[in-house]
Amino acid sequence: MTSISRPRVLPGFSLTLGYTVLYLSLIVLVPLAALFIKAAGLGWSEFWQAATSPRVLASYRLTFGTALAAAVINSIFGFIVAWTLVRYQFPGRKLLDAIVDLPFALPTAVSGIALTAVYSQNGWLGQYLEPLGVKVAFTPLGIIVAMTFIGLPFVVRTVQPALEDLEREAEEAAASLGASRWQTILWVIAPSVVPALLTGFALSLARGIGEYGSVVFISGNMPMRTEITSLLIISKLEQYDYAGAAAVAVMMLLVSFAMLLLINLIQRYAARRYQGVL
Amino acid sequence: MPLKLSLASLAAVALLAFVGCKPSSTSDATGGQGGAVTLLNVSYDPTREFYSEFNRSFTSHWKEETGQDVTIEQSHGGAGKQARAVIDGLKADVVTLAIGYDIDEIAQRTGLLPTDWQSRLPHQSCPYTSTIVFLVRKGNPKGIRDWNDLVAPGIEVITPNPKTSGGARYNYLAAWGYAQRQNGGNEQQTREFITKLFRNVPVLDSGARGSTTTFVQRGIGDVLLAWENEALLAIDELGAGQIEIVVPSVSILAEPPVTVLDKNATARGTLDVANAYLQYLYSPEGQRLAAKHYYRPQEPEHADPADMARFTKLERFTVQDEFGGWQEAQRKHFADGGVFDSIYQSK
Repeated sequence: MTSISRPRVLPGFSLTLGYTVLYLSLIVLVPLAALFIKAAGLGWSEFWQAATSPRVLASYRLTFGTALAAAVINSIFGFIVAWTLVRYQFPGRKLLDAIVDLPFALPTAVSGIALTAVYSQNGWLGQYLEPLGVKVAFTPLGIIVAMTFIGLPFVVRTVQPALEDLEREAEEAAASLGASRWQTILWVIAPSVVPALLTGFALSLARGIGEYGSVVFISGNMPMRTEITSLLIISKLEQYDYAGAAAVAVMMLLVSFAMLLLINLIQRYAARRYQGVL
Repeated sequence: MPLKLSLASLAAVALLAFVGCKPSSTSDATGGQGGAVTLLNVSYDPTREFYSEFNRSFTSHWKEETGQDVTIEQSHGGAGKQARAVIDGLKADVVTLAIGYDIDEIAQRTGLLPTDWQSRLPHQSCPYTSTIVFLVRKGNPKGIRDWNDLVAPGIEVITPNPKTSGGARYNYLAAWGYAQRQNGGNEQQTREFITKLFRNVPVLDSGARGSTTTFVQRGIGDVLLAWENEALLAIDELGAGQIEIVVPSVSILAEPPVTVLDKNATARGTLDVANAYLQYLYSPEGQRLAAKHYYRPQEPEHADPADMARFTKLERFTVQDEFGGWQEAQRKHFADGGVFDSIYQSK
């Protein structure tokens, strides 16, 4: 049914497909292939050793753990932000809307330094948190803060259009048919928002995993404790250990890919399930 | 429609190839003798202020000598990053980096220069040197005088990560050299000393400027290990009245080397001017400027005595004598699974 040679209503399919494949190859696949080829320079046992030494394993746990936490936080609060921006009219709404994009635009090093300045023990917030026993800068918590900061726009910007498409009439209809507030949320709002929310979650997660610039300033970079995987890759490069760095990167890439694939599957499952309901 | 598909793809390829080709044919306009010439000096971070003044001085010197206009382009960044850029093909004429190890790697991996490059210029190709000193809070409240004060319980030491910062390897090696002297060469005790010292480090920034910020701006830590030139610069620019320098009894001789990348310079027709550029670092004027910008000149008689007064006399050992050279130091201490890693894995 979807064979390439079948005539189509919309012209230009072959040109655009050719361009898409070429473009993706040049921009994404070729560099990634180079990464795999570099890593393949190591034998299997060397690869395994480089990619799974205790310090590297500790960094995987830290990086994926903090990125996951940040993505969860972003999904909850990003949803609330999107909801507020879409559903309510209030003065300064446009301004607030623009502020959401700031983490996109700032150089990550700037965000990192700014966050560290705010949360370190003599910073604006840090000085009040410290007496309460809450250390943010130079702990995994600081890493979560940085990842949450840079990941927020992804959730807001993906959920916003879904909420905008949601018609108020549908909710009113649900209410008039006797649905409670919770039933409306669960069976009317959620089905159209959850897929978008999952996309935002996945993007925020992926951004957190790959983040370097803002995290290195706030993490403190202590081996085994607050050392993210990207930093280990840089420190391997600093020793001119290209193959070792590629091995860790390949491992990270595979895990990230598996996670993103899983999220996509859940998303598809969720969409199908809710479609059955509607 | 398979034919149409491939035609379309071809068109796309052709378009991209056309776009992609354009920039490669420009930017090779370097004149030989007579015309203007550009020189690319790839350096590390803390030399920014020094080279911006030195380059102006050399440009007018070269104009007087030969009548030729020379434009010097400066690139600064972390030393390891800069060396990797050269290895990956950045066409530098000269490199002026923090440690010989990085230039060794360029020589071995690219063959742009002979592996015995370090013997080509006087003083192991180091026209200026530095050392590792301590920066402490005003009035030195914790009474830090020497290396053994750094391992006391409750002292917080700030240093960049030697795995990601070339310059920070000197910090580590300086402490190691001190401990070896103290323990009469008993390596087990020296390892314990180094382990204690790094247990006192609450934050390992990835680079030297990051550590300076952590110490000066964030107010974290009791002592910052820093290159002497960075420490003097920090006092001048950031924290006059907040911080002061403590010079330990013994430290390491920090030797930032300079060299010409022969093959690049030959290909670009800049070999003569590149050699003259580095020779000029050893001239009275070059030595004076180095001292002005907080590096210790090899020939102090050319420097302003007021500049020289900033440098405290101390015993300095070399990486060559104490560790058998950078390759050896790197292999034993900083490579994955080396002594530095074991500090954090024996917890």
